[in-house]
Amino acid sequence: MIWDALTLQLGYNATLVTLGATLLGMAAGVGGTFLFLRKRALVSDAISHATLPGVALAFMVMVALGGDGRNLIGLLLGAALSAAAGLLLVSWLSNRTRLAEDAAIGSVLSVFFGLGIVLLTVIQTMSAGRQAGLEDFLLGSTAGMLRNDALIIAVAAALTLALVLLLRRPLTLASFDPEYGTAIGQNVPRTDLAMMGLVLAVTVVGLKIVGLILIVALLIIPPVTARFWSERTDHVVLISGALGGIAAYVGAALSAAQPNLPTGPIIVLVGFALFALSLLLAPGRGALSALLRHRRYQRRVHLRQGLLALAHGQPIYEQLTLRLLRAEGYALPDGVATKAGRGRAAKALRDETRWQLIRRDPAYEAAAQQYDGLTPIETVLTADQIREIDSRIDMRGGVMA
Amino acid sequence: MTLELASNRETAPTSRADSPLAVRGMTVSYGQKPAVFSVDMTVEPGNMTAIIGPNGAGKSTLLKAALGILTPLAGTATVYGKPVSEQRHRIAYVPQRASVDWDFPTRVIDVVLMGLYPQLGLLGRIRPVHRARATDCLARVGMEDFATRQIGQLSGGQQQRVFLARALAQDADLYLLDEPFAGVDAATEKAIIAVLKSLRDAGKTVVAVHHDLSTVAEYFDNVFLINTHRVAEGSVEEVFQANHLQDAYGGRLAGAQMDALQLS
Repeated sequence: MIWDALTLQLGYNATLVTLGATLLGMAAGVGGTFLFLRKRALVSDAISHATLPGVALAFMVMVALGGDGRNLIGLLLGAALSAAAGLLLVSWLSNRTRLAEDAAIGSVLSVFFGLGIVLLTVIQTMSAGRQAGLEDFLLGSTAGMLRNDALIIAVAAALTLALVLLLRRPLTLASFDPEYGTAIGQNVPRTDLAMMGLVLAVTVVGLKIVGLILIVALLIIPPVTARFWSERTDHVVLISGALGGIAAYVGAALSAAQPNLPTGPIIVLVGFALFALSLLLAPGRGALSALLRHRRYQRRVHLRQGLLALAHGQPIYEQLTLRLLRAEGYALPDGVATKAGRGRAAKALRDETRWQLIRRDPAYEAAAQQYDGLTPIETVLTADQIREIDSRIDMRGGVMA
Repeated sequence: MTLELASNRETAPTSRADSPLAVRGMTVSYGQKPAVFSVDMTVEPGNMTAIIGPNGAGKSTLLKAALGILTPLAGTATVYGKPVSEQRHRIAYVPQRASVDWDFPTRVIDVVLMGLYPQLGLLGRIRPVHRARATDCLARVGMEDFATRQIGQLSGGQQQRVFLARALAQDADLYLLDEPFAGVDAATEKAIIAVLKSLRDAGKTVVAVHHDLSTVAEYFDNVFLINTHRVAEGSVEEVFQANHLQDAYGGRLAGAQMDALQLS
């Protein structure tokens, strides 16, 4: 069953939903990346919650005009308008008043959402027979998705991808260094506006599938996940789009295979699974790799300190140090140095003396910057430089003796 | 304008029309308190000018307002006699290092390539010639071996040199730097000043917000002293004097510090 869903063999409607969701996931992943890099991810939460009064009002207006009230384009238009109003309000509050952006987001989000819920209640009492299940916009519903709905999503996703391709340089600069962007003649406010327009489009289009409460996850989780895997903006954008697409595809297929699984929440959970895997396993930025790196570093420090202690004939108190020295064959169980240990200890001490000398000498400034107590001095200085340093150490030793 | 004549003791020989950067009546305010008040500045071409003044005197603010990064309450800035917006291609800017997030997913070479964005346009492909140019600029600040490093792995001084390389990539005529020596190591300071002097020797104009009074005379030709208002402007010999510094810094500059400056 699940395999059938993943290979798009569950019938026309399930296939339509899965493809629509995949496109939406890709668009959200790509569009959300710059929002995340600009550190404005939560603005998308305000945008999505601000769509609700628009949906309800659009329904009321369409009914009042004698229409069905359930026309998707009409509802999405209403959603877009009230989301834009919410967005303008957030930027006005954070730019023109003393309110910080997080407070502005919180206020707009809750007020718009509250208003939307009130309007939904009014609609329920108003025309009980004709309510079009507007509650579906809260958590998304793919049950009645039509070919036209999928087409709308496809077009919006394609436009989003095209816009990001066109604006990738301004968007990168506005996210990384807006002051420099302004200085070289870029209109940073307009770039920000385009970015927000992008996010607004993805949000509105995603309402039908994922719902307004969870759409923010589709905008934020993929870029955060992608960041674990790359140090390059363009790669993060592409990986994020791919991850968003994969999460949506797998999530939609899973929910199609099981009759009672809601599409939007399952997509979000699949996205989270990808995030959790990346958090743990990604090379470089992953948690496991960071832990291993720390452990390896700690062991090198202990070994070095142990060798220096041996060289000075000091007792070794820390069990980890002693264990490492024994494992390397540098010390006996009672903490006495072996022959190999004495040799290595003397070398460690000599290196330390060399480092101390070059750290005091301005001529070796670049090399001295690499001092961390561990790096072998041969990897930083040439043999000639080491000989020169050694001659100074010998001279100093001679004078002192 | 009459007010300007009265206060202008060191008359600048440069006319406004040729000046690489001329600021007139610039006022910038955060809330109701002006950070920069009615400031005039005329930068001489082919020189290195330091903008100096105490903390909170509006040094960076003046630079940012001139560039349009901040919107001034009043005042105008011209670059080579024309509005700044028409002369962006002739201006290279090095922002304060602390103004960006260094954990941003980008490599050293990508940052330098940003200096070529105006030339590349929205969709122009980055070709080998652009990469070569970026690498060349990195080499001028001694950072060519770091091209593919993530920017967060660099030391503060190295980050500052990457910002300078990005400005060099623009191949501009006027270089504006905001605290280029703040928190950098001595090796970086030497490297940066060498590059700036080579720019000046090639006929370019350099203006830097500077905070270290002890190096002003050694590094710069001209000084612009500011403490919200313009205090003095002219060559180091004329302006970098005890009376002007006392005007700008007030009690904040102790007598011992003044002595240590070895004023000319």
